[in-house]
Amino acid sequence: MSDERKLPYVMAFNEAVSQAMEADPNVFCAGEDIGAFGGVFGTFGGLQAKFGADRVVDTPISEQAIVGLGVGAAATGLRPIVDLMFMDFICVAMDQIVNQAAKLKYMFGGEATLPLTITTAGGGGLSAAAQHSQSLEAILCHIPGLKVVYPSTPYDMKGLMMACIQEDNPTVMVKHKRLLGMSGPVPVEPYAIPLGKANVVRPGRDVTIVAYGRMVHESVAAAEKLAADGIECEVIDPRTLQPLDTETIVASARRTNRVLVVHEAVRFGGLGAEIAAQIQEAAFDYLDAPVGRIGAPFSPVPFSPALEQHYIPSSASIETGVREAMFRSKVGA
Amino acid sequence: MSISPEVQFDLHKRMVRIRLFEEAAGRLAEAAKLPGFLHLYVGEEAVASGVCAALNDDDHITSTHRGHGHLVAKGGDLNRMMAELMGKSTGYCKGKGGSMHISDLSLGMLGANGIVGAGSPIAVGAAFANKYRGRGQVAVAFFGDGATNIGAFHEAANMACALHLPIVFACENNEYGEFTPRDKTMAITDIVDRAAGYGMPGVIVDGMDAIAVHEAALEAVERARTGGGPSLIEAKTYRFYNHHGVQNLGLKYRSDDEVARWKERDPIFTLEDRMIENKAATRQQFDDIWADWRAAIDRAIAFAEESPLPSPDQVLVDVYTTGGAR
Repeated sequence: MSDERKLPYVMAFNEAVSQAMEADPNVFCAGEDIGAFGGVFGTFGGLQAKFGADRVVDTPISEQAIVGLGVGAAATGLRPIVDLMFMDFICVAMDQIVNQAAKLKYMFGGEATLPLTITTAGGGGLSAAAQHSQSLEAILCHIPGLKVVYPSTPYDMKGLMMACIQEDNPTVMVKHKRLLGMSGPVPVEPYAIPLGKANVVRPGRDVTIVAYGRMVHESVAAAEKLAADGIECEVIDPRTLQPLDTETIVASARRTNRVLVVHEAVRFGGLGAEIAAQIQEAAFDYLDAPVGRIGAPFSPVPFSPALEQHYIPSSASIETGVREAMFRSKVGA
Repeated sequence: MSISPEVQFDLHKRMVRIRLFEEAAGRLAEAAKLPGFLHLYVGEEAVASGVCAALNDDDHITSTHRGHGHLVAKGGDLNRMMAELMGKSTGYCKGKGGSMHISDLSLGMLGANGIVGAGSPIAVGAAFANKYRGRGQVAVAFFGDGATNIGAFHEAANMACALHLPIVFACENNEYGEFTPRDKTMAITDIVDRAAGYGMPGVIVDGMDAIAVHEAALEAVERARTGGGPSLIEAKTYRFYNHHGVQNLGLKYRSDDEVARWKERDPIFTLEDRMIENKAATRQQFDDIWADWRAAIDRAIAFAEESPLPSPDQVLVDVYTTGGAR
């Protein structure tokens, strides 16, 4: 494994797109600044030079029309990848995502197939303030017809992006902005990671931590610290948020009897609420403590590093959450 | 351009089919046999017919909430349409879409649409795919005057022109956005003025004249098909019924006199008079056409009424293409 090729997260995305475009002439990309410039995060770098301006298309700053372009092209036989630069911008395209892409197949009695991938960049930590830092995945997971994917490593990024492109349903692929430069092993050959399958990042017997995106790494850091005190955390990364691999999460909860769900999104109404509800429905009798939730406070994402640092969950807040779950179980015992 | 008697008959038959389908739907709605909303296309038949007669089966259209006419004009199956309006499992959408989402992808009809203006970006996508494949197909976006006040239309028009796509924007200006007159919601009189802002040619046609619409559509479709880029057609037309439902007179927002004036210009009857006057047709021929399509509509109603309702277990079917979320 030591001589395995390493790639940054951003290039794992790029390589998946490139290999998918080589394999299937129906795959094309469209979005703001993705052509000659290669995307504001470099995600589409070099692709226009390789595949031409007809397949890597610079669009106007028109999020509704960008997604509409994808919907119409997908419904008529192509396999589009459309990019919404920042996750916050999905709000501009919400009609096309929610009322059109997600529902077309169902409304048309199953006749339509929409192999559409919408890519975007979520998450905070760059002092990009309230309109360029949000984690809006819960809104998307609430919409029947959409699939939502959120990779945490370069390996997962390539495999999940490949799966999104091959998927015959509209899928939103969220990249975390602060993971773009993270390097890790990525096989050169094309591969796909099945959507809806969680990854047990770290096995453990005492507490289950469910986390995705950048919070996976904060959770692993917390788990390592807690291990020094003899608390063994199992860290589960769902990787796909819709459909969610509840089976893996519930099985872990039944073993550890304590669960903490961690996300960067606002806590209220976040994915943690759904996961906690599913766990109590499926594993109530196994729980030694209430399912804990770590998320952002109920405010827009603040600008100043002094505030944002406090706002985004960290390994320290996760560690506190785990200790609370352990403490409660002792009290209850 | 001269439109042959054969094509004039084609336009006439499309319009008669739409008229009879819509009048039948109206009667069924009054008899409480159709669930949900019903937006009738009666009065605007010349637009869908004139445009769709200029298209091939593999060309694409996007439609509106007032979409039955577009699907009929594109060649839609009346049985499956009527069954869908009744929410039956034999309907175009297996009872899951209804009037506002009626569609036939095999005819390139990418759906009626319950969201005003939302069809145009989708038509841009179809046009992009058509250009990408290079098989000479075109896309037409149908929309009303009211849709030109929503952002989606402007994004779609601009993107289509920026990417030089094979598309025709076909505006049905019926003078009302739901229950509000056009002059209260925009400061321009002609929708076609918007075309220049995106760098595409635009033309105004009499939307009560199927031949005029067809001539404009032939020109715009040819432009799109031969790499000339997008066009906008503004067809000035009128809906004889209310925004939804079957009431047509005694409405608060428009006068009965106005309705009567537009009805004098009924697109079907004026075409018939013109063809008879030009000795291109006889009254008997038209009577036969009406009788034939009346029978077809009766068969469609019988088919729909005899069709089964969808079973409750169909609720979760076709949310996703394979499997999907739990």
